[in-house]
Amino acid sequence: MNAVATEVKRAETLVSMDSVARPSRFLRPWRRKHILPGFYLTLGFTIFYLSAIVLIPLLALLLKTVTPNADYPDFLKVVRHVWDVATDVRSLDSYRLSFGLSFAAALLNGFFGFIAAWTLVRYSFPGKKIVDALVDLPFAMPTSVAGLALTQIFSTHGGYIGQYLFEWFGWRVSYTPWGILVALTFIGFPFVVRTLQPVMAGLAAEAEEAAACLGANRWQTFWRVILPAVRPALLTGVMLAFGRAVGEYGSIVFISGNMPYLTEITPHLIIMKLEEYDYIGAAGLGLVMLLMSFFIVAGVNLIQYFAAWRRRMA
Amino acid sequence: MRRATSDPKPMRYLLIGLVFAFITVFLIFPVVVIMLEALRNGLGFYWESLSATHSLTAIRLTLLVALAVVPMNTLFGISAAWAVTHFQFRGKALLISLIEIPLWVSPVVGGLVFALIFGKLGWLGGWLETHQIQILFAYPGIVLGTAFVTFPFVARGLIPLMQSQGSAEEEAALTLGANSWQLFWRVTFPKIKWGVLYGMILCNARAMGEFGAVSVVAGSIQDRITIPLQIEQYYLGLDQGLPRAFALASILLFLSLVTLAIKVGLEWRRLAPNIVRPH
Repeated sequence: MNAVATEVKRAETLVSMDSVARPSRFLRPWRRKHILPGFYLTLGFTIFYLSAIVLIPLLALLLKTVTPNADYPDFLKVVRHVWDVATDVRSLDSYRLSFGLSFAAALLNGFFGFIAAWTLVRYSFPGKKIVDALVDLPFAMPTSVAGLALTQIFSTHGGYIGQYLFEWFGWRVSYTPWGILVALTFIGFPFVVRTLQPVMAGLAAEAEEAAACLGANRWQTFWRVILPAVRPALLTGVMLAFGRAVGEYGSIVFISGNMPYLTEITPHLIIMKLEEYDYIGAAGLGLVMLLMSFFIVAGVNLIQYFAAWRRRMA
Repeated sequence: MRRATSDPKPMRYLLIGLVFAFITVFLIFPVVVIMLEALRNGLGFYWESLSATHSLTAIRLTLLVALAVVPMNTLFGISAAWAVTHFQFRGKALLISLIEIPLWVSPVVGGLVFALIFGKLGWLGGWLETHQIQILFAYPGIVLGTAFVTFPFVARGLIPLMQSQGSAEEEAALTLGANSWQLFWRVTFPKIKWGVLYGMILCNARAMGEFGAVSVVAGSIQDRITIPLQIEQYYLGLDQGLPRAFALASILLFLSLVTLAIKVGLEWRRLAPNIVRPH
């Protein structure tokens, strides 16, 4: 009797331990067996192509910022030069311009993108499908074509809008930072709209009805009920537009005039360094831009993480 | 009476008006201006600008670049989507994040990395020079820069599509005795062909219109540059450059409108997910 009881207890312990007794994640095989063919072939090709086109080239950039050459014969001199180029006044001015204007354009996109997504999801009006299709135009249109067109539209000499802005208000847009802002707003527009649309479409009408029943006016409902629900998507969209704008080059080159210290963005400065055969300096500026992209990606992931965390808590 | 979940009429009209104003100034205006400016000096001049030697060589090079880049990235996209969606392995999330790197990196950095490898003072610069191999400022360099920038386009559309389809049909085909070749062409490909097409058109549009990366790897050597760079050369040139730039730009504009039409058509028929939409 006692032996049987011991045996049952042992079996129970084994069963309850089953989930615990799995080997640690480092001892588990690195992939679960699956019957479909082609695992090593497809994964092998994926990793090969990824390394050849993206990873090794990026590694080459990182190594360039620490490797001595004829002009900078030892490690310290190389790092010193990278630092000097990255913190040069002309570089600092270009960061201020690139990041500042990208931020402003992302905010503009946040505002107009929110309105566009809202009208496309909530209202019906003639031409809605066309507007919805046009939202993706900046994504399909080559940046140089957009840059050329916007430069012409906002030019003070016979530009379709630019000449009136100049005659009536004395505003110059093309070849000034305002022109860069216009181009960056153009290219970032789809990101906010397309991030918000599915989230807005999925909002529960009950929450708004409940708010209205409890005596909230439409404005209060918007600020207290709708906005908190779509805030993570709005922030994500703004960050995506910001990330896209920071790296933009094609449209800016036409509309900015590329004047050092005034309208020169960081990617243009990289090209100038390459043309002067200052590869280490160019790599240093490239590293600055890579780090910035990294922070933006991290920011987007943080927003997603916190949104998921709040959903779990709620 | 107005429903509690709808907005007052003036508010609706104001917001719709704002959207139309924004779309008109930022999206419709550029399209119209390109067409107007391209045809400003008449059809004869338009045709002459397009058939000028510089334009023709740029068009030819652009087509050749797309012809190399699109199949490469398509093959990669299908293969990456197959590996990621049909198998469970450690490091999968990392692999997916790595595939997306080029979406986050500036196109100029995408060109810079190849300049640092193949340029005169780059890692392989000396070796290439002694062996008389030209990569930078030539076709191979332009292909590499363009491949970097358009790298994730096919994969990013296919991964969510194949994830939603699951592996059940492939497993069934396998138990019925299909070999790998039949499995892919008879079972998987018919399910994903619209998704592949969707990725290929987006990849192609970006490949033909890429400016930042290509301007680093191609420089500005006449007759060795793609359409977007030739547009810039015309724009900077003096001799009737601007109308020529617009004439050449109108080709890319036409391409982007066709791309947009196919893209939207596939999305509305629910044959492909919108890949501008993240996550």
